[in-house]
Amino acid sequence: MSKREGDGCSRKKAETEQERNMTADQSSSSIAAAFKVFQQELDTKHDKYERLVKISRDITIESKRSIFLLQQDVEEVLKEAAVKLDGVTQKIGLIAEELRGEDIHQFHRAFTPGIQEYVEAISFLHYIRHRSLISLEEINAKLVFMKAEKSSVEVVPADVQVLTFQVTPSDYLLGVADLTGELMRMCISSVANGDIDTPFQLSQFLRQIHDGFSYIGNTGPYEVSKKLHTLRQSLAKVEDACYALHVRGSEIPKHMLADVFSSRTALIDPEESMV
Amino acid sequence: MSVTEMFSFIQGFLSADQDVREDLRKVVQILEQAAREILTVLQSVHQLTGFKEIPSKCAKARELFCTVRTQIADLKTKFPVEQYYRFHEHWRFVLQRLTFLAAFVVYLESETLVTREEVAQILDIEVVREKGFHLDVEDYLAGVLIMASELSRLAVNSVTAGDYSRPIRISNFINELDSGFRLLNLKNDPLRKRYDGLKYDVKKIEEVVYDLSIRGLGKEHKCGEDK
Repeated sequence: MSKREGDGCSRKKAETEQERNMTADQSSSSIAAAFKVFQQELDTKHDKYERLVKISRDITIESKRSIFLLQQDVEEVLKEAAVKLDGVTQKIGLIAEELRGEDIHQFHRAFTPGIQEYVEAISFLHYIRHRSLISLEEINAKLVFMKAEKSSVEVVPADVQVLTFQVTPSDYLLGVADLTGELMRMCISSVANGDIDTPFQLSQFLRQIHDGFSYIGNTGPYEVSKKLHTLRQSLAKVEDACYALHVRGSEIPKHMLADVFSSRTALIDPEESMV
Repeated sequence: MSVTEMFSFIQGFLSADQDVREDLRKVVQILEQAAREILTVLQSVHQLTGFKEIPSKCAKARELFCTVRTQIADLKTKFPVEQYYRFHEHWRFVLQRLTFLAAFVVYLESETLVTREEVAQILDIEVVREKGFHLDVEDYLAGVLIMASELSRLAVNSVTAGDYSRPIRISNFINELDSGFRLLNLKNDPLRKRYDGLKYDVKKIEEVVYDLSIRGLGKEHKCGEDK
């Protein structure tokens, strides 16, 4: 009898145990199911982010290469750089495609370095060609991509998807801040090449940009104030060069001037590499 | 466009941006205050007398969520809806706190994990980005993790209050939660850091359960009076 009682008891226990397990299973499976959804959502987001970082890195590298080409200031090389930059523009199309229907700002941090570098390169090219500052609209106008559905040119407009990419004002600003470093380099090398006019033009232009940045002051993003310091240094170097040109320009013949400045740039160089 | 014109255009954009942020900061501040009020109400569940009052405290908290809803509605009007992530940092933290509070209320009421949909409903916001002001999945998860550490406190305090079965239920719940989080591939981000804290909560609750079981306190409620 006692045995049976014991049996019953254990059976009851087993039953309640089972019940408890069942409810536990139920709730745990609902939590697990919910987390599987989160897993997918997070993975999708992270993957997209990583892809954007990768594109951004490619854009940075290609932009840097074209800037390097632009510094040589030879007409042929200039064309090569322009072609390279067109390639970069197409890469930005890839970003636009990734961001279709997304909130740009959610992934902004992934591609902002690349975009800044692109702004730097494209504004440098623009300056060399037109001696003026490219505007934000002009850049954005370049970043319109037609995605035609693999057919002839005469497609109905409905078949063509227009993708646009908008450079944010702060990315533009930071790109332009980087441009000033390139302009400084261009100034020094043009002096070394015996080009007397360019440095004065450049110092004028740089001063305008500097004034613009001073006007914005610290209302801009945090990085701007950091770059403002570098900008001041670049401007000072260019102004020094112009000063020296002006003072000595009258006493030394042009070809010798070049020698004077090549020794001067050698002095500046170590600092420059830090910039 | 001259350089000066370009810069004044940018300046205009930047100061407009700052104005929006200023507005947001003000609303978020009020929202944070509301969140603190709810928290104060819920904190009383940790007190000896508070355990019996859990249902009434939850009801009170749910009432307070009404004001939260109106403030969030106000927040929504302060910026263009498609630029949610541009200003995300402003409300991210308070939204996590509010998720925590909603999750805590739901747990106290039904001992279940609040779903993202429920939180969105309590706060009167959306779940998916496309529909408008929504609850980001990472913010939801962060809020759930804040609740986990609150529950480890609750486990300790419910023992003190003589409730020996609650810690065991909390323990089961937290373990499920932990295994849920294990499914996620977290990057090296703030959420990951938060999740790393979960193991201390798990450990704390396990210690409580251990203390109870080694003394046989979990099974028989009567023992509570001997103490």
